[in-house]
Amino acid sequence: MNVHEYQAKGLLREYGIEVPPGRFVTTPAEAEQAARDIGRTGVVKAQVHAGGRGKAGGIKVADDPAAAEAAAKAILGMHLKTPQTPPEGILVRNVWVEEASAIDRELYLSMTLDRARATHVVMASEAGGMEIEEVAARTPEKIIREWTHPALGLADFQARRLAFGLGLSGEPFKQGAGLIRNLFRLYLAKDCSLVEVNPLVVTKDGRVLALDAKLNFDDNALYRHKELADLRDIHEEDPLDVEASKYNLNYIKLEGSVACMVNGAGLAMATMDIVKLAGGEPANFLDVGGSASPEQIENAFRILSSDPSVKAIFINVFGGILRVDRLAEGVIAAVRKLGLKLPVVLRAEGTNVEQGKKMLADSGLPLIMAADMADGAKKAVELAGKSR
Amino acid sequence: MSILADKSTRVVVQGITGKEGAFHAARCKEYGTQVVGGVTPGKGGTTHEGFAVWNTVEEAVKKEGANCALIFVPPPAAADAIMEAAAAGVPLVICITEGIPVADMVRAKHFVLGTGSRLIGPNCPGVITPGQAKIGIMPGHIHKAGDVGVVSRSGTLTYEVVGQLSARNIGQSTCVGIGGDPVNGSSFVDVLRLFNEDAGTRAIMMIGEIGGTAEEEAAAFIKANVKKPVVAFICGQTAPPGRRMGHAGAIIAGGKGTAAEKMKALEAAGATLVKSPADMGATVAKVTGK
Repeated sequence: MNVHEYQAKGLLREYGIEVPPGRFVTTPAEAEQAARDIGRTGVVKAQVHAGGRGKAGGIKVADDPAAAEAAAKAILGMHLKTPQTPPEGILVRNVWVEEASAIDRELYLSMTLDRARATHVVMASEAGGMEIEEVAARTPEKIIREWTHPALGLADFQARRLAFGLGLSGEPFKQGAGLIRNLFRLYLAKDCSLVEVNPLVVTKDGRVLALDAKLNFDDNALYRHKELADLRDIHEEDPLDVEASKYNLNYIKLEGSVACMVNGAGLAMATMDIVKLAGGEPANFLDVGGSASPEQIENAFRILSSDPSVKAIFINVFGGILRVDRLAEGVIAAVRKLGLKLPVVLRAEGTNVEQGKKMLADSGLPLIMAADMADGAKKAVELAGKSR
Repeated sequence: MSILADKSTRVVVQGITGKEGAFHAARCKEYGTQVVGGVTPGKGGTTHEGFAVWNTVEEAVKKEGANCALIFVPPPAAADAIMEAAAAGVPLVICITEGIPVADMVRAKHFVLGTGSRLIGPNCPGVITPGQAKIGIMPGHIHKAGDVGVVSRSGTLTYEVVGQLSARNIGQSTCVGIGGDPVNGSSFVDVLRLFNEDAGTRAIMMIGEIGGTAEEEAAAFIKANVKKPVVAFICGQTAPPGRRMGHAGAIIAGGKGTAAEKMKALEAAGATLVKSPADMGATVAKVTGK
């Protein structure tokens, strides 16, 4: 799960990390008032779940309250397009108005899982404000890393080493080492999958503060963080993704015309691959899971059918725990309820396959049966092409 | 011959009184696996659907000589169940549970490394040695005893390749699902090493997916050590970056972990790459001359 910058900064503040004072607003008038209360130069920042906002016009400096109002007017309601947003952009509904900082140095700090070492890693760089991937590619020596102990976490000496590595000394060094320790505390306590502060700045008056903050949380751990559930903003998610998540379906909308319904993540990816190899484009990733109920199948079918770009549906199931007869039951129920507006190609194998195929044949529904994956993909792609 | 599991493996099922645990314990037993009972803390001394239940894994080890733990414990307690099995000295711990928090797995993995136990999973279908022992949730009937070792990060895609192999009368020595999580127990390299040393395995089918660097590490190991033919398929060739494809571990992040990179590394290591998932069985047949 992702959260907005203003929400991330709220959490940082809870953990004793200094962030510029600011206010969350939804109208230009509120932005004007916020700037007035701040009393000096402000920054108006679009609140969307995407990076690269500055270059796309989603962040504006405002020297006075009138400028803050004008900036908010320009940003609110815009469809912000950055390399991290869908091509049509994301509608900006809210902005964050904060005090501008007199920046001396821009640094980078992040924490995430290092899969290869199976532990958490803290990364820091003096090249702040840039895309870290770019820094990693061009000047890898500018990134310093500390791998934390899997049980003991980040030791104080590691936090000091990172702070020294960032070129900090004196009071900013003390603040920086403390900030790194606090941020790691937050990272662990909230089960973050990523914490990124870019830039982390040293101000001209020697303070160290988080000018931006990006937090991602481990979805598997959300059950023990009820307080984070309120931070979810479904406006930032695709409506079909939101609908699918209600039924515990692993669904991701893509751009193509061949919808895929599959059990298991690996087989679902492989099905997308084979659709592409057959000359088509997958409309989605969908894993109905290992033990999908007929109701889940029915809802999955409904969600796939409601995507206007879908021209054919390819159901590819290898029954293990999910028995083919249960799949058949769900498909039959869905088609009876929703009608069959699109061609449906079905390939099923595995547990109770004979029973399932018989149920489908007896139902009299005009499903197109496929002998195997390749045959199914070929048929689905052909049908999607025809009904275009 | 086989790796990890055979007729002598004695399995204790952790979480046996849960719906999934009870169902699959029975399926494993039907297949011929020696399921000696289960563990549910607080329900020790009872029986559940014909299986003896203990409070601790340690009791199952002492009383029944359990040498394999199969875990169906729900996510909040699953990492703890893994550690309990390892602490009880169970040499092989197989965790089926999907959805364990990453931070829990970081601790559990390192805990297991400090014992002599081997962890398979989590979020995996388990291990099967056809005709001898099924320790997991895979459909047993699609398998056939033989000499192709199968190792995979995915569940149903493993069934797919096994189905293709068995349809061509190509049997499997052992099939191992290592799981789709970002932090797991045994890696491709661990399992490849076992297959490489197993006299009963003549060729290896490996199924990887996008995300992480496990396939690249496997490629380096294959190049340096594996003398047997390896056929590999990587799923997620069409997956967009930054989106998690179902498995928590299947994500292309920061431009890393793409299928193309992994395929290139494996090909350079001498593995035979399969482009279409429909051709996995046929490619193994070609490579093994069957």
